[in-house]
Amino acid sequence: MSVRRVMGTEVEYGISVQGMPAANPMVASSQVVNAYASSTVKARRARWDFEEESPLRDARGFDMSRQVADPSQLTDEDMGLANVILTNGARLYVDHAHPEYSTPEVTNPLDVVRWDKAGEQVMLDASKAAARIPGASPILLYKNNTDNKGASYGAHENYLMRRSTPFAEIVRHLIPFFVSRQVVCGAGRVGIGQDGREHGFQLSQRADYFEVEVGLETTLKRPIINTRDEPHADPEKYRRLHVIIGDANLAEVSTYLKVGMTALVLAMIEDRFITRDLSVESSVASLRAVSHDPGLTHLLRLHDGRTLTAVQLQMEYLELARKHVEDRLGADADPQTLDVLDRWESVLTRLEDDPMQLAGELDWVAKLKLLQQYRDRDGLEWDDAKLHLIDLQYADIRPEKGLYHRLVAGGRIQRLLDDASVERAMHDPPEDTRAYFRGRCLEKYADSVAAASWDSVIFDLPGRESLQRVPTLDPLRGSRAHVGELLDRCDTAEELFRALTH
Amino acid sequence: MAQEQKQPRKSSENDEVVEEVVETDVAERKEVIDDDVDAILDEIDDVLETNAEDFVKSFIQKGGE
Repeated sequence: MSVRRVMGTEVEYGISVQGMPAANPMVASSQVVNAYASSTVKARRARWDFEEESPLRDARGFDMSRQVADPSQLTDEDMGLANVILTNGARLYVDHAHPEYSTPEVTNPLDVVRWDKAGEQVMLDASKAAARIPGASPILLYKNNTDNKGASYGAHENYLMRRSTPFAEIVRHLIPFFVSRQVVCGAGRVGIGQDGREHGFQLSQRADYFEVEVGLETTLKRPIINTRDEPHADPEKYRRLHVIIGDANLAEVSTYLKVGMTALVLAMIEDRFITRDLSVESSVASLRAVSHDPGLTHLLRLHDGRTLTAVQLQMEYLELARKHVEDRLGADADPQTLDVLDRWESVLTRLEDDPMQLAGELDWVAKLKLLQQYRDRDGLEWDDAKLHLIDLQYADIRPEKGLYHRLVAGGRIQRLLDDASVERAMHDPPEDTRAYFRGRCLEKYADSVAAASWDSVIFDLPGRESLQRVPTLDPLRGSRAHVGELLDRCDTAEELFRALTH
Repeated sequence: MAQEQKQPRKSSENDEVVEEVVETDVAERKEVIDDDVDAILDEIDDVLETNAEDFVKSFIQKGGE
């Protein structure tokens, strides 16, 4: 009934080696990650612990066999690619052919924004560190999701949910929500179709790459609802909803609303609060039609016979979410939940009136406004390379080159956080999840941490033959309230371990 | 913005005056907006990569996830 929930994001960045389009992206990604690790990680470098990973576990209740799995789905085999855990509790690694940053587990939308933005700064520092290697060509990183030539890479969201909620309910209520939520959190794209062969602007970077409603794959036949089920928590109690349909957002309001709105909808699903049928006909085709319609006039046909625009469908979810919060929390609703509801309403109202009013808040509108200004001034058609360049360079993470950053610097896009807060989040973990324990252990006992993962920290202690694994299966334990004083008090990992196992 | 001038004129003198003030306002605002747009585009022009076509063509990614 609130926006509070254990959640996080994982973003794969586009990568190119300046002047060398044929450079191997795996090598370049490793250079970026390793350069950051060498320049920041103290002493021994902890490995990622794969023991609890099961990427072929399907939320519908079966395991896909390894023989039928595409090699790209096997993420649990340590392929020797760069992989580090940061003192803020995040994971920085190479996934396929991209550097990827996973935020630590946080409990609210604003903290998602904070540690997601910290990830951009980590990537920026990483690319700078890689450029200092003698003889290296500069490596450019982009927070986007497509090369407009057929390839797409992800920006995933993760939400911890109660296992007792039937998966079919999640599927039923989330598909129409995902079909329509892009009007708020699309990042905007120049080019239509997977390889961008048609000319024009669309709301989403990702919509054209989705082909089915439900499935386990993330790299081929992408599903609107992904069924990967690795909770990284007690599987009897929890599932992790792995959302793969979102765009990588730069605008803080876009990210904030994306996860805030979704958290509210998930709370309603868990509470069985949605009783109306909001499902839309031909959801995959509808997803694309909404994305291809920046005028926001496309009518979705609902199974109940009504026709609504995507903005109107979002208003139905908003109205339900407001009722849900009032019904369950009344005057006890927390400020962030109320803020998400108010912003969601304000954004939808203005989208319906004139989308261009959102140019200072939402990525797709900011990008479209800039593109329109270029089209007006220079008389450019949608196939013009300059417009494609603007789309690409909007996502360049360098503050002096990235167009998102130039718009922010000119006061044209609102922020929710200041630089100092994001800078702190590059190093400090959130205090209210197990990421606190993980991050502080890496910061304080770097020499003694052999490996770590979402649900464990593994110590190599002097005088003990085997490694000692401390499980962290509950995402809400290991917080500052639980272990802050203990970590302050223990000067060595040995002391800490003894205190924990006592 | 051109349609602002098409509004029918009112007859009384007082109204004339009000109307004129509004028009001047609109014209000034439009000038400010135009200047602002020019300023953004000039700034963006300065940071855009040169040779857009080559740059966009050479951005080739492998799929991910």
